[in-house]
Amino acid sequence: MTGYHLAEMTTTSADEADLIAALRARDEVAFARLVDQHTPAMLRVARGYVASHEVAEEVVQETWIALLKGIDRFEGRSSLRTWLFTVMINIAKTRGLRDRTDADVQIAAYTGGTVDPKRFRDSDDPWPGHWKADEVPSPFPDTPEGSVLGGELLAVTRRELAKLPERQRLVVTMRDVLDMDSAEVSRLLDLSPANQRVLLHRGRAAVRQALENYLKEPV
Amino acid sequence: MNTEQPLDCNELVELVTDYLDGTLDLHTRARFDEHLLGCDGCANYLQQFRTTVATLGRVSEDAIDPAFRDKLLDAFKNWR
Repeated sequence: MTGYHLAEMTTTSADEADLIAALRARDEVAFARLVDQHTPAMLRVARGYVASHEVAEEVVQETWIALLKGIDRFEGRSSLRTWLFTVMINIAKTRGLRDRTDADVQIAAYTGGTVDPKRFRDSDDPWPGHWKADEVPSPFPDTPEGSVLGGELLAVTRRELAKLPERQRLVVTMRDVLDMDSAEVSRLLDLSPANQRVLLHRGRAAVRQALENYLKEPV
Repeated sequence: MNTEQPLDCNELVELVTDYLDGTLDLHTRARFDEHLLGCDGCANYLQQFRTTVATLGRVSEDAIDPAFRDKLLDAFKNWR
């Protein structure tokens, strides 16, 4: 896998080393476990590059086949997930419709705020830039898992995530849904760490706004 | 306590992800923390943001379409 910066990736865990050994021994149960563990996230990310769910499935399938073909030579210098996503994104790019080479430039060019400027006091106020009295945020309620409100907020979150512009959606999905770290996401998406955070912040802010709107709706 | 330009609320809201990632320079981080001490609105905004991130972490993946899963397992059998 020349061309990928394997040294920068997290190394393989002991648990994963066992799985890789099982794959090399042609253990189908181990393969099924890996497929179940990684495929939904792979589809979600692949979908950010290609035109349809069908093409995303082809990209994911090609990635798994690449893993099988390479497993005997897999050196465990990266985590399996990192390897899968690195290879998959490269495959997806070749199948993608959109040119995204100047993504960093486009991100930097955008300067708008993530909160409606009307919520803040004007420059002729003694406290310019501070929350207006009737626009001060209130804390979101605690919602234990399984509670009705918790389920509703989760549904609002899922809906809003799906509506985000694709690059924001990709970054938020990788960082917050899949819990990847900032360095890994920047590398996988070929973004500067700062621009990765700008996209993450805008995406999170949009979801936050949707949740706030939902909680403010009269019952 | 300090004489420099304090952070306004409309500036703070744009720094929350950097704050949570720990990437603010220490000087800006101190201005952020000082602002929070005196501003319930921004403290609440930060709480909303943390709750948003936690809720995103609970967005579970959809199960794989069984037909697609079978296709992948077939690919494995062919390879084996």
